[in-house]
Amino acid sequence: MVSSPKREAVPANLDRLIHERIRLGIVSALAVNRSLTFNELKALLKTTDGNLSVHARKLEEADYIVCTKSFDGRLPKTEYRLAAGGRRALERYLNHMEALIRATREG
Amino acid sequence: MSCTLRNKVLDNASPHRYSWDVPTTSPIRTPSREPIPIDARAADHLRYIRETMERAAEFTAVPGWGGVAMGLTALAAALWASRQGTPQGWATVWLAEAFVAVAIAAPSAATKARRANSSLFSGPGRKFVLSFAPPIVVGGLLTAALFQLGDLSALPGVWLLLYGTAIVTGGAFSVRAVPIMGLCLMGLGAAALFAPAHWGNLFMAAGFGVVQIGFGLWIALRHGG
Repeated sequence: MVSSPKREAVPANLDRLIHERIRLGIVSALAVNRSLTFNELKALLKTTDGNLSVHARKLEEADYIVCTKSFDGRLPKTEYRLAAGGRRALERYLNHMEALIRATREG
Repeated sequence: MSCTLRNKVLDNASPHRYSWDVPTTSPIRTPSREPIPIDARAADHLRYIRETMERAAEFTAVPGWGGVAMGLTALAAALWASRQGTPQGWATVWLAEAFVAVAIAAPSAATKARRANSSLFSGPGRKFVLSFAPPIVVGGLLTAALFQLGDLSALPGVWLLLYGTAIVTGGAFSVRAVPIMGLCLMGLGAAALFAPAHWGNLFMAAGFGVVQIGFGLWIALRHGG
């Protein structure tokens, strides 16, 4: 009876922004790399240009990741790195998922 | 460009997706409510995060600058080894170089692992070591056997072939530069086996020196350090 309100409360304050496969993938991949280029992320997450750029922009708008654009010779190069906010969000999300599992197993 | 993409993917696609063709009064997906077996879902999310991190960490699994340093010491060793009078002296210099290389590789890989958050590094790191070790062990055994037989002329070929094999198998799931480097080393090793014995030291310099420096630079510049 203690676990049921906890179970109700958990999905309500779930971070919607990274509770999405591509966005969660971007944040996870950047958590273990100083920076990754657009193409590295695209290959890693097996997604399309459009999909990745839309989701990356959402994360950028939330200050979860930082995007830097430069030129590698004449080719434009987009690099992403994880911002402090993004790292905190991922930690919160991980704790959240662990709490969910614990709550259901104990309940 | 990104604005067009956004309009295509977000603004237009989702609102009209269900309401045009599917007659329904309520949204098909209700985002605020999760299905009951939520712990299974949560476990799935955690697994996905873990797998993504492991795959992503492979972008940095092999130390590039460490490879450059190992290549430079190998070139020095090649020079020093070529001045030894006996095959035993030559082999001893190269064996010493092997220890120097390990002393360079271990801390630089560890530093890179730490930078990539070592607690999450267990997957790719362990995979690399497990598949890297067997050819190296075989190389050690063959070296001992050839020492016993007293025929050291095959050593450059054996060393290059097995080190190359270790790099290919260890780096099979890493960035493309790593297995390609292994294949180059294997190619040199195969050539060294059938080339005149006195070319051995040149093959060693080319493989452990030039190839490692070249690919080390590639990895360092393209895959972060």
